Amino acid sequence: MMKLRKQATAMMALGLLALSVGGMARAADPDPGVDLVINGDTKLVTRVPAPANIPGLKEVYSGWLFHDPTTQAMETDDFSNPAMLAVDAGNAAWSTVMGTEGKSCASCHNGIDSMKGVRASMPKVNKAGKLWSLEDYINDCVTNRMGAKALGWNSNEMSGLTSAISMQSRGMPVDVATDGAAAPFWKEGEKLYYTRTGLLELSCASCHEMHFGDHVRDERLSQGQINGFPVYRLKTTNMVSIHNRFYGCVRDTRAESYKEGTDPLRELELYVASRGNGLSIEGVSVRP
Amino acid sequence: MKRLIVLGALVALPLCAAVATADTVPDAVKFDNGAVAQSLTGVAGDPADGLKVATTRPMGNCIACHVAAGWAKFADPGDIGPALDGVGSKYTEAQLRGIVANAKMTFPDTLMPSFYKTSGFIRPGDGYTAKAPTGPIQPILTAQQVEDVVAFLMTFK
Repeated sequence: MMKLRKQATAMMALGLLALSVGGMARAADPDPGVDLVINGDTKLVTRVPAPANIPGLKEVYSGWLFHDPTTQAMETDDFSNPAMLAVDAGNAAWSTVMGTEGKSCASCHNGIDSMKGVRASMPKVNKAGKLWSLEDYINDCVTNRMGAKALGWNSNEMSGLTSAISMQSRGMPVDVATDGAAAPFWKEGEKLYYTRTGLLELSCASCHEMHFGDHVRDERLSQGQINGFPVYRLKTTNMVSIHNRFYGCVRDTRAESYKEGTDPLRELELYVASRGNGLSIEGVSVRP
Repeated sequence: MKRLIVLGALVALPLCAAVATADTVPDAVKFDNGAVAQSLTGVAGDPADGLKVATTRPMGNCIACHVAAGWAKFADPGDIGPALDGVGSKYTEAQLRGIVANAKMTFPDTLMPSFYKTSGFIRPGDGYTAKAPTGPIQPILTAQQVEDVVAFLMTFK
């Protein structure tokens, strides 16, 4: 942390850090010249120009760029990435029969590599016109096709499957639809992103658009991008879903939060995902 | 009028028998260009208590967002807001009281939470439980804690 701060101070001295004036978003790369390369061969995109429909940002950055070198290093080698345990569990679950129909995921979908690209387009409007997260699609199969009980949004079974499925899109750009059937959901998500909730009256934008790179005590704020999810969170030593992170953030504004698997968080997920359109899906990541 | 305010405080805070009935309740605080001239309690603030409020998370937690020589002995102050060195000279006591109580009355677009406010929130919660409050909303700081923080900030010369 101290090292990062010294780096930030040095950057300021060099005038590389465009300091915000009057609440304008910052423009500086949080960790210039550093690339995320996994297992020595897979280079992931961690910085791209902001999508046209995100006027509050000039460039978007993976959360990976904001963290200390030790945390960063854990993600560059799958043997040292604790989230890979969830991937292993999910791969095993993929071909394990559950429910009354005698089926596993593999019974219909064959190898899990058939899921390539799925994570990169989530959340997505389904055939019935509802916005669904990856967890919803999984539970639809689990309950309607396999005859099993729905998996808990925060359960190990769910994070295993979301992790293993996400890995199939590692390196693919986030590419969620924001127009057409998705447009009204995206608009709602955008509204929530800028709503200042709770007794602290903070919105997502208050921290993650206006102050990324700055610190709340020793915690360095990122842009709150979700291309790295599911993440292994060092603070809580477990896998954390996108909705669970949103739930915790809203709670920390001293607000009545939104529960995982509810429409406001699906809409927020769509909007936040779209803020990172073009960043690489990291598969599974490690965050403080 | 004053009796009505006091009565309001008693109705709003039935469980807090220890609260001084002379405290101005949040909705009755009078702001003049963002400043609050009158003490919220009539009891002088204690700078030492102010330091504790300013550096403790469930309380004011000013240190989460501000650097200040006044709490240099604590590690890793945040840097979301401006450094607070010199605010005791830059602002009057009334201005600082207004800023601590509800900074949005001085800086309309500020991110700084309003520490002495009980209405006008969107989805207020019961502390950090993620649940809705079960009773009347309590301000983040008590009236005396606001006075203590103001007294502490006035030492930032």
